[in-house]
Amino acid sequence: MEITTRSLWTLIHGMGFGALYLLACSGALVELYRFTTWSMPSEVTPRQASFLKAYLLAMVVMAWGAVLIGTYVVYPWYRATPPPGTVDLSMFPQRLLMSSPTTSGWHSLGMEWKEHVAWLVPISITMVAFVFIRYGRELRNHRQLRAAVLLFALASFFAAGVAGFFGAMINKYAPVQGGSTIQLSHGVEQ
Amino acid sequence: MTNGSGAAAILAAGVGSFALAVLAIAGDKSALVKTWLVFYKPTGALSGVTTLALVVWILTWGILELRWRKKTVAARTSLIALVLLGFSLLLTFPPIVDLF
Repeated sequence: MEITTRSLWTLIHGMGFGALYLLACSGALVELYRFTTWSMPSEVTPRQASFLKAYLLAMVVMAWGAVLIGTYVVYPWYRATPPPGTVDLSMFPQRLLMSSPTTSGWHSLGMEWKEHVAWLVPISITMVAFVFIRYGRELRNHRQLRAAVLLFALASFFAAGVAGFFGAMINKYAPVQGGSTIQLSHGVEQ
Repeated sequence: MTNGSGAAAILAAGVGSFALAVLAIAGDKSALVKTWLVFYKPTGALSGVTTLALVVWILTWGILELRWRKKTVAARTSLIALVLLGFSLLLTFPPIVDLF
């Protein structure tokens, strides 16, 4: 079982940071709502508040990790220009997708949407984390702030979902691969 | 607690998101702007779009935080931020971008 270094970086970007962020989002949305409504028992312990703050900070790290690795590590490999006369476009994912009308949409819609909308995620979640750390349960007394925080968190979930979905589909049709090969395990020869 | 600090962060996030969308459209529609936005060649214009959007976001946040941190500001600032966020989501959608 082996993987190339470029595939590994793509995995770290998409599964390591992106998918983890998506998973964490649902918990964040539920807890933010519970924490900042009057229905929550008043005996919220400092430990619970600290846990949610750490949770949100972890999401901030995941969001920035995903977009920075995606934009500055994986994307250059994706959009690399093949030398003139190249026939095999497997090492040039964008050109491979654009070479056929049946796959070009994955780039013209998928990547063109994903590469921009994904950046709304770290901006949104950084704001959410800041406001919650600053105000904590006091947010229940600021309805407009609370509503905005929840809606921005929801928007970040949507944006991350778009980026994750199209990232997975693009990598399915035109995987980013190359670089040195890492042996994960040695199979048994039949 | 006053709402100024929270409102500053929220409005700045809206402004930063909107700036990203506007810069992305500008880079897509103008070859000159696109060339100017190439801050890091392997990444292309995306490097400039995102870097400038982050600069707008952080600067806006810093200025608003300094001005509002001890104040109570109008509730509509959150609404404005949400409207900007909504436009950002729309304007990053390629079929909408193609309308320009």
